Amino acid sequence: MALLELRNITRRFGNLEAVKDVSLDIEAGEFFTLLGPSGCGKTTILRMIAGFDEPDEGQLFLDGKALAGIPPERRPVHTVFQNYALFPHLTVSGNIAFPLEMAGKSGDEIKRRVNEALALVHLEDKGRAYPHELSGGQKQRVALARGLVNKPRLLLLDEPLGALDAKLRERMQGELIALQREVGVTFVFVTHAQQEALALSHRIAVMNAGRVEQTDVPEVLYSAPKNRFVADFIGTINLIDAAVVDAGPHGLRLAAAGLGEIAAPAHPEAAAGSRGALAIRPEHLRVTPDGGQASLKNHFVGTVREYLYLGDVTVYKVGLDNGVTLEALTTNAAPGKARFHEIGDRVCVEWRHDAGVFLPA
Amino acid sequence: MPASFSRLRPSAARLTRWLVTLPPALFLVVFFLLPALIMAAASFREPGEFGGLAPLSEKGFTLEAYRFVGEDVIYAGILAKSFLVAGATTLLCLLLAYPLALLIARSPKRQRDLLVLLVILPFASNFLIRVYAWIIILGPLNLLYSTTAVIVGMVYVHLPFMILPLYTNLEKHDPALLEAAQDLGAGTWTRFWRVTWPLSLPGVFSGAVLVFIPVLGMFAVPELLGGTGDILIGNLIKEQFLDNRDWPLGATLSLGLTAAVLAVAGVSARLTRGRGAAA
Repeated sequence: MALLELRNITRRFGNLEAVKDVSLDIEAGEFFTLLGPSGCGKTTILRMIAGFDEPDEGQLFLDGKALAGIPPERRPVHTVFQNYALFPHLTVSGNIAFPLEMAGKSGDEIKRRVNEALALVHLEDKGRAYPHELSGGQKQRVALARGLVNKPRLLLLDEPLGALDAKLRERMQGELIALQREVGVTFVFVTHAQQEALALSHRIAVMNAGRVEQTDVPEVLYSAPKNRFVADFIGTINLIDAAVVDAGPHGLRLAAAGLGEIAAPAHPEAAAGSRGALAIRPEHLRVTPDGGQASLKNHFVGTVREYLYLGDVTVYKVGLDNGVTLEALTTNAAPGKARFHEIGDRVCVEWRHDAGVFLPA
Repeated sequence: MPASFSRLRPSAARLTRWLVTLPPALFLVVFFLLPALIMAAASFREPGEFGGLAPLSEKGFTLEAYRFVGEDVIYAGILAKSFLVAGATTLLCLLLAYPLALLIARSPKRQRDLLVLLVILPFASNFLIRVYAWIIILGPLNLLYSTTAVIVGMVYVHLPFMILPLYTNLEKHDPALLEAAQDLGAGTWTRFWRVTWPLSLPGVFSGAVLVFIPVLGMFAVPELLGGTGDILIGNLIKEQFLDNRDWPLGATLSLGLTAAVLAVAGVSARLTRGRGAAA
């Protein structure tokens, strides 16, 4: 049995269906992420788990028990809020002690567990400080310590890294993973940042317009998206519209307007004559000077339109002769040389026949 | 300092600062500081035969008025009663104003301005007329000319001065803090006492000062609603100047009241300072 079960949850605000028939199972010990653009319903789901909102239809179960009607203060679920919501009139220790005091723990136990929590987030020397004296990263850690100190069954995190600058966010991501592994508490994390979701999560539910589009481990979401939304939302992807010419158990033959035939991996829903798109990641494309010996099955000629030098990698935008523009990514691992093609160069873009994934229309 | 000033050259900025602060400063010097000094000087002189002050050349300076106040217990008694009435008024104002201020602060934004307007609406009619109105209300209830009537009148007059600073404070509270408290296990009352109340203390203190200090010196309300035994320090001072024509005694009592007010303001400032960061 899953720790948290969402069964056909629907939530409406007036005419707007913020959450539509969502079912999820979240396992104990998991780092589970709800990922989606703003307004997709992920925060509404989080608020229903915390108890600040109730579903119009469907039910939530925690440890097999229905949560309906139980107010937030009586759910063994704590939240790390977007802007931390630390109590400004309490010290760091006072903030962390708060949930323990609410639970009626003894003075000695509170003292001991506050100190443990401070050590857990490396803030041993900040116990007497007030929140306004802390940096953004330190506030973040206090909020985490406060959420974890009374050992909730679930810790909900509502875009907790959103207010931090890029460098600090990267460091806090590392700390979050380590922390979750150490305490073993189940995390439900909400974010719109797909890279953050990929880096942190055991499993991700990708949401769009109130629905869950796909739930899976990061690697599968990235390499085998189920539809255009997931493919497009996670990472960068090239979408080539195509019709299925021939569908076999070992692969597909696709026809793309102006390009000719493309070989693609097999797909159970692809039948000859149906339409769809081939989705292929930039790192699966190879760019070579035109006129060389193409070594891969799919190869097309085009012109370099633009490139972005990003340090570790360079992204080339290549306009194929039929008008389709593809993004290809080249790692700059070879010492000395970082730029292989100039704007305007004629190049050949090629990829393996088993790269990419077919998305039925 | 406003940003627009800081963009000027330093000398120009200094000039602007003087031009802006000089008129109110002059006003305060002429109409507050000088009269206060005259009061202080008057308290050390003798009353004139027909009111006012006796000529300095004849009587010189004396501590007579201070001796008089010090020797008669009744003055200390009246000051103590004034403090008691002011304290009771402040407490009642707080009890009445807090729920109302909380209600306004948690109303939808569009309704808040209207509700605040309703709070200050009584100011639109004359203060004396409003106090007279209480005579009509309290008379049939057999409460007129009593300490109760004085306190009712005082609370009525000063309630807005408690509501407004409380509302200004409560309105700024981040609702996420209450959600966090609830999420971490706090019920309704605990949320109030552990989050809302401590964060509202600066508002409570400034409201208390705005009520306590004016009530301490108020003479109109006791005069209209109070009985013979309800004389407060404000009435006493007024009597010395207008009825008994004993300026030195009036000045001495007035200085005593000022000292008491400054002490209260000092204590309250001390209490508020530590919470500045939390506000």
